[in-house]
Amino acid sequence: MEKELSNHYDVIVIGGGITGAGTARDCAMRGLKVLLVERHDYSTGATGRNHGLLHSGARYAVTDHESAVECIAENMTLRKIARHCVEETEGLFITLPEDDINFQSTFVQKCTEAGIRAEVIDPQLAKIMEPAVNPDLIGAVKVPDASVDPFRLTMANVLDAQLHGAEALVYHEVIDIIIEQGRVVGVKLRNNLNGEERNVHATLTINAAGIWGMLVAQMAGVKINMFPAKGSLLIFGHRVNNMVINRCRKPANADILVPDDAVCVIGTTSDRVPIETCDDMRVTPEEVELLLAEGMKLAPSLGSTRILRAYAGVRPLIASDDDPTGRSISRGIVTLDHEKRDGLAGFITITGGKMMTYRLMAEEVTNLACEKLGIAKQCETATTPLPGSEPKVETKKYSFAQKAAEGRHGTLNASIDSGDVTSDALVCECEGVSVGEVRYAVTKLHVHNLINLRRRTRVGMGTCQGELCACRAAGVMCGDDTQKAINDLAGFMNERWKGMQPVAWGDNLAEAQLTARIYQGVLGVDRLANERRVECYEI
Amino acid sequence: MTIETQTQNMSVNNFEQCLKCSICTVYCPVSAVTPLYPGPKQAGPDGERYRLKNKAFFDEALKMCLNCKRCEVACPNDVHIGDIIQAARIKYSTHRPSLRDMMLANTDLVGTMASPFAPIANPVLKLKPMKAVLHGVMGIDKHRTFPDYSSRKFESWFKKEAAPKQSQYSKHVSYFHGCYVNYNYPQLGKDFVKVMNAVGYGVHLLEKEKCCGVALIANGMPKQAKRQGEVNMTSMRKAVAQGHAVLTTSSTCTFTMRDEYDHLLGIDNHDVRDSISLATRFLLQLIEKGEIKLAFREDYHKRVAYHSACHMERMGWVPYSTRLLRMIPGIDFVMLESQCCGISGTYGFKKENYERSQAIGKGLFDQIDEANPDCVATDCETCKWQIEMSTGTPVMNPISIIAEALDVEATRELNK
Repeated sequence: MEKELSNHYDVIVIGGGITGAGTARDCAMRGLKVLLVERHDYSTGATGRNHGLLHSGARYAVTDHESAVECIAENMTLRKIARHCVEETEGLFITLPEDDINFQSTFVQKCTEAGIRAEVIDPQLAKIMEPAVNPDLIGAVKVPDASVDPFRLTMANVLDAQLHGAEALVYHEVIDIIIEQGRVVGVKLRNNLNGEERNVHATLTINAAGIWGMLVAQMAGVKINMFPAKGSLLIFGHRVNNMVINRCRKPANADILVPDDAVCVIGTTSDRVPIETCDDMRVTPEEVELLLAEGMKLAPSLGSTRILRAYAGVRPLIASDDDPTGRSISRGIVTLDHEKRDGLAGFITITGGKMMTYRLMAEEVTNLACEKLGIAKQCETATTPLPGSEPKVETKKYSFAQKAAEGRHGTLNASIDSGDVTSDALVCECEGVSVGEVRYAVTKLHVHNLINLRRRTRVGMGTCQGELCACRAAGVMCGDDTQKAINDLAGFMNERWKGMQPVAWGDNLAEAQLTARIYQGVLGVDRLANERRVECYEI
Repeated sequence: MTIETQTQNMSVNNFEQCLKCSICTVYCPVSAVTPLYPGPKQAGPDGERYRLKNKAFFDEALKMCLNCKRCEVACPNDVHIGDIIQAARIKYSTHRPSLRDMMLANTDLVGTMASPFAPIANPVLKLKPMKAVLHGVMGIDKHRTFPDYSSRKFESWFKKEAAPKQSQYSKHVSYFHGCYVNYNYPQLGKDFVKVMNAVGYGVHLLEKEKCCGVALIANGMPKQAKRQGEVNMTSMRKAVAQGHAVLTTSSTCTFTMRDEYDHLLGIDNHDVRDSISLATRFLLQLIEKGEIKLAFREDYHKRVAYHSACHMERMGWVPYSTRLLRMIPGIDFVMLESQCCGISGTYGFKKENYERSQAIGKGLFDQIDEANPDCVATDCETCKWQIEMSTGTPVMNPISIIAEALDVEATRELNK
């Protein structure tokens, strides 16, 4: 399955998060010959471990005008170009009795200055618009927040990059930066699935590896002082709210509740962590307690709603001072031209920013790359819809699974086989994923294992956390290669348990026990799996 | 504190308590015969998550649900799967009831109109051309025959023939006769009065009785069902205040008034719920407490096969009826394996459901053919129509069998 690679690229983009994917797309659309490399799967890092919030920018309006302005511009852009990844939920900033109501007027004023439509509404109206909101609220402001699916968004960028001629490799890790005569001329790659190593050359290498960009830079002998700030979140079993709910105060812990797909997510915390721990983030019981207690202030019903998982991501912030909380640091975009900064030509780092400003980050770094390569073509990513978000034409009658799939793939839903009993059979009942959709993902969306499949289709993301669907999906994916299927299942179930473990009580624990009974007791997956192979699953 | 709230978490209809084990789908009579129905798990708790996101995820295929509640009986974690599905239909369905649906659902209205014309209506409704019209124009399946309308309503009979005699008893109950007894089969009501009087209980009608509303719920008319339910509750409250138990001879009416009123229609019935009981259950409980005794005719012999109606299963009341029947010495009792007969009230009358309805019931019909009983006993009138049509075997309510086998004089003596 090893692809033939070219001898030489214009640009190698390191990192298959949203920034890397967006950069690969922009570069490819400007006509560059692009290779995108990712050591695990797309959106494995911070891209897949955040709120899924399409900020209006209101959250930053008071503390960080620049970020607020970027957010609202990108918010409006993504609603158009990534229609199928965005759900236009709108958002509320609520003031509770313990908050200072005077902050509201400052907030509204700063939002207005940043170009964000912030509308003060009657708390009674807020309760009608969003029945889950804390009924004790004393103030409410409506803003154009929305929710966005980062997995879909990343994949759509990768697909479009490929449509424009880019090549993309997952499970390929950069293990060295090749420097010749003071210039970065390529990277040394290791295939993490089979261990093979190879060199790939390019005129420019763009480091878009998020917090791990620090380590990539180190390989090039360049020091970037980054600030790994861990943010933990909780996923609830179903939506309690249909609008984003924020606290109208200076940004603090656990003050945003976002409805994402069929779930809702509360977060985040913010704690400085050592870079060494970033590959294996664990959510602590204290964090769970804090998230739940603060979350209940936004929507009291969270307290009695089943929690599906806890997860944590690491913000790739550039350390600029000694603030221990990491909140006063700008989320602003940082483009480092290492030729100017460190005298190392052929190497650029793009970092900082936010998931939702990825396109702007990509535009900035691609502008710089084009300048260096002497390309004059202008950026078109803000006006060209992503694959799946083209104007909608079809209005046929849909089944549950087709509706769910259209939500995930937009107009690309048309490429999914349906209409026969096998294609329409459900693999994942919680999320309505059909056999047809799994097959589509496996052939078109770079799926090597069940975890990849989960990120492309939501298989295993529902209430049962893989209890029923994992086995079926493995069957559809792996065909006759049963050992691969067993290893895959073991890796996947471990990954699912990791997120359930911090919130394993009540029905969630009962669910986990039933799952364990099925996979260990009945199927014996733990005994049949090859341990060494299972360990290569990033969890 | 927060963790405590979490661990005691219960959601609406317990939908979050679903552990996805899928046992409900195994027990679903509809899933067993068609892949077009998503099954209780998918239609219920799974679908509910997506409907909470966007009502566009409501699937009209949910109307294939029989509301038999066998999923709820099967569920090991007490998820009200059937309620979730019915509530979703009430909340999200954009399908407006057709003229046929309204006619099938309005048992009171249609019964009141038909009764005076019973001698004409009954034969006409059986005529092939009439059936063809009903099938083609109305969508009522041509295989179905409406139960005969009685030319004299049960209420009229009772007021004239029975009511004056009830004050002689020292103990009293109220009787919710239901539409079937009133318009189609007064004999069951007469049998009930005969049995209750024999054990020393006077029978009284409710001040005002409306159809329990089960057909209205099933046909998308929850508002009317709620109005009727409120009328029934008001009457029952008065009866209960007088110390009466409210007895019925229909498992479905009983189930609707005890459970669906609260779960689906939002009618507060908590103060009367425990007083609503099926006659067989009431009798058996009294017998077991030693308060009444039954004596049966020695010359009575019958081979009876008992069919567990779905709502009897849901209430867990099957043993009350079967133990009572087994007390009759002359009965050769056969217990049929519990499964849905497929009619589900008005469901099986609709032509789009006919084939599915018969496929669901096939296993039961085969069992009955094999058992070859003199009659089938069941507590539900719509099961009766289905089984009689599909097997040719007569079907009787357990109360009618008791009445038939009862030695009235001896029983009166025992209960003096």
